[in-house]
Amino acid sequence: MAELDRKSDRAPVPAGWDYAPAPEARDVVSIQERYPLFIGGEWVEPRSGEWFATVDPASEEPLADVAFAGPEDVDVAVQAARTALADGWSDRSPAERAKYLFRIARILQERSREFAVLESLDGGKPIKESRDVDLPLAAAHFFYYAGWADKLEYAFPNRSPRPVGVAGQIIPWNFPLLMLAWKVAPALAAGNTVVLKPAETTPLSALLFCDVLRQAEVPPGVVNIVTGDGRTGAELVTHSGVDKIAFTGSTEVGKAIQRQLAGTGKRLTLELGGKAANIVFDDAALDQAVEGIINGIYFNQGHVCCAGSRLFVQESVYEDVLRKLKRRMGTLRVGDPLDKNTDVGAINSRQQLDKITELVRAGEEEGADVYQPPCRLPEKGYWFVPTVFTNVAQSYRIAQEEIFGPVLSMLTFRTPDEAIEKANNTPYGLSAGVWTEKGSRILWMAQRLRAGVIWANTYNRFDPASPFGGYKESGFGREGGRHGLEPYLDFE
Amino acid sequence: MSRLPVKKTYKLYVGGAFPRSESGRSYEAEGHNVARASRKDLRDAVKAARGAFGKWSTMTAYNRGQVLYRIAEMLEARVADLARVTGGAEEVDRTVDRWVWYAGWADKLPQVLGGANPVAAPYFNFTVPEPTGVVGILAPEQPALAGLVSRLAPAIVSGNTAVVIASEARPLAAIELSEALATADVPGGVVNVLTGYKRELAPWLAGHMDVNALDLSGADGEAAELEQLAAENVKRVVRGSVDGQSPWEIERFLEMKTVWHPIGV
Repeated sequence: MAELDRKSDRAPVPAGWDYAPAPEARDVVSIQERYPLFIGGEWVEPRSGEWFATVDPASEEPLADVAFAGPEDVDVAVQAARTALADGWSDRSPAERAKYLFRIARILQERSREFAVLESLDGGKPIKESRDVDLPLAAAHFFYYAGWADKLEYAFPNRSPRPVGVAGQIIPWNFPLLMLAWKVAPALAAGNTVVLKPAETTPLSALLFCDVLRQAEVPPGVVNIVTGDGRTGAELVTHSGVDKIAFTGSTEVGKAIQRQLAGTGKRLTLELGGKAANIVFDDAALDQAVEGIINGIYFNQGHVCCAGSRLFVQESVYEDVLRKLKRRMGTLRVGDPLDKNTDVGAINSRQQLDKITELVRAGEEEGADVYQPPCRLPEKGYWFVPTVFTNVAQSYRIAQEEIFGPVLSMLTFRTPDEAIEKANNTPYGLSAGVWTEKGSRILWMAQRLRAGVIWANTYNRFDPASPFGGYKESGFGREGGRHGLEPYLDFE
Repeated sequence: MSRLPVKKTYKLYVGGAFPRSESGRSYEAEGHNVARASRKDLRDAVKAARGAFGKWSTMTAYNRGQVLYRIAEMLEARVADLARVTGGAEEVDRTVDRWVWYAGWADKLPQVLGGANPVAAPYFNFTVPEPTGVVGILAPEQPALAGLVSRLAPAIVSGNTAVVIASEARPLAAIELSEALATADVPGGVVNVLTGYKRELAPWLAGHMDVNALDLSGADGEAAELEQLAAENVKRVVRGSVDGQSPWEIERFLEMKTVWHPIGV
């Protein structure tokens, strides 16, 4: 038995073996030196006269200069969207609208390699995730909503659905193209036009998407892309020509937007932060659970609003899970996002790295024990070693606040009631995970967890047909599925 | 010889009991002294609503439907009393029928609003509606009874609990309704009714951190200040019909929960 234990503690390959570099070619994508704004189907110089650089977080090298959209630019973009609306985008035959969306889905599939490389360059995420998750899901999202465009009256019987008008959409930097797809696909399917603001640090895939719009021959002004920072977003939120705001980002900014829109009657959906509980019972298939824990918190460097950042393990298997988890963490490869072997890429920005570093320091100061596997990090770029905290009290900041990085807090419980009590002890309510072989317990837990998405014996699964969104301070409204159309429709 | 009638004392309805305002205050409305609730009463009401949420939201939908139907039964017996404090018998009839209509929705919501989702991988995936939690309701001033019920019934049918600020000018209907609720097997705390000054109470309801949704259908004008307060904990702000019925009125107080599980042998 002791011999077996020792064997299972060993790394799966002899320590002397190393992976040969397997870099994805980056010449599949050509990046322009500068990107103006995309308004009314054309590239438009910013009236603000300002530009900002977007950098590769793995090398800190600038990739391109991007236009900063000021108040005038946002205004022009909103006018272009209104004009496209008036010119008949929503009156166009719904079946024709569907075909535009099907075209976009197909073009994204055809150009998937190019987009995947660009996404990893600009955002720092591992190429295997851009290639196998972001791109296929983005294309699937357009394909799914394409089919709804001419079936809205079946989705909402007796309600005479009609488009809301111009949708202002603000997306985050963790899944840049995928979040664009989540926002743009249902909006267009429902007959709206769009002004979209990509995140400040990851604008390039949205700008390349403009070329997809050209290839798909989407009429000018139906989708407008305005790059910038929080000021650009605030202009979009408060613009009187925008009928609906969809925001994905931090809870803090979400609350500010909700306040700004108070009394305006403007429609709003918010997809905000999370501090998800991932709960492992003693009867769970522990090796599978450990894979789920790893995927739950280290996927996309932990830059995931639904990341399983609070791990609750039943006391009787705590030591086993911790041992298996540490062993598995030792096999994670951190480094070049474009290397096909990389599991954990670069932290998205200096600012985010500082935030993660600050919270991890707070965890240590408050008294938690920290573990990080031995790991060689590149010299340049923004990196953070996969981290797990043990001996964590529920009151610690690392157990309360969203870190949005590869940092896990491990806590314990004895009974299912205690697991529920602890899991729900948060202002957030986006997602949760449950690991147990007992079916009745899965359903019992799923009923009681106050969160919008429950992953049972799996984690971080996404699909265009599956509604996604939060309870409590994780926001309101759903994206995905039939439910994801509703925020983009008005009814009789 | 005329008999001197025994007049009713109109009090608050909190946690299944009928307390006076802890402040000892009252105001005159519709010829009666009515309790003028304080913000402490409001906090007590939210606490009672939160306490009742677990039981009310997890009882079977069939059971909850029967309780709502029982409310209609209890109101039917009070039509004459209610007619005196509302727009008349027609409004009361409409209100009773509305409870019956909503009672029937309790066990149909997941079938109409939820569904099974065909994801592109070997997982079983379904979406079910769930109550959002504690709902704060600013009851419409008019119609006093039908307006209140048009907001309250769709909020509680799915398992939410409610804190209501009654019509300020016409609060008696809300208290009469409370007396029917108290005898209709509605667990204490599921519905809490406060009478008093809206401008005094509403901001505390809108800003309360343990309230999940705020129904402003009965608010005058834009109520921007209340909406701003509601953002403090990302409340769902609802504006619906003040005298109508629809499953979409129920949906405004719901969360959609999606559950995934792998399929395999």
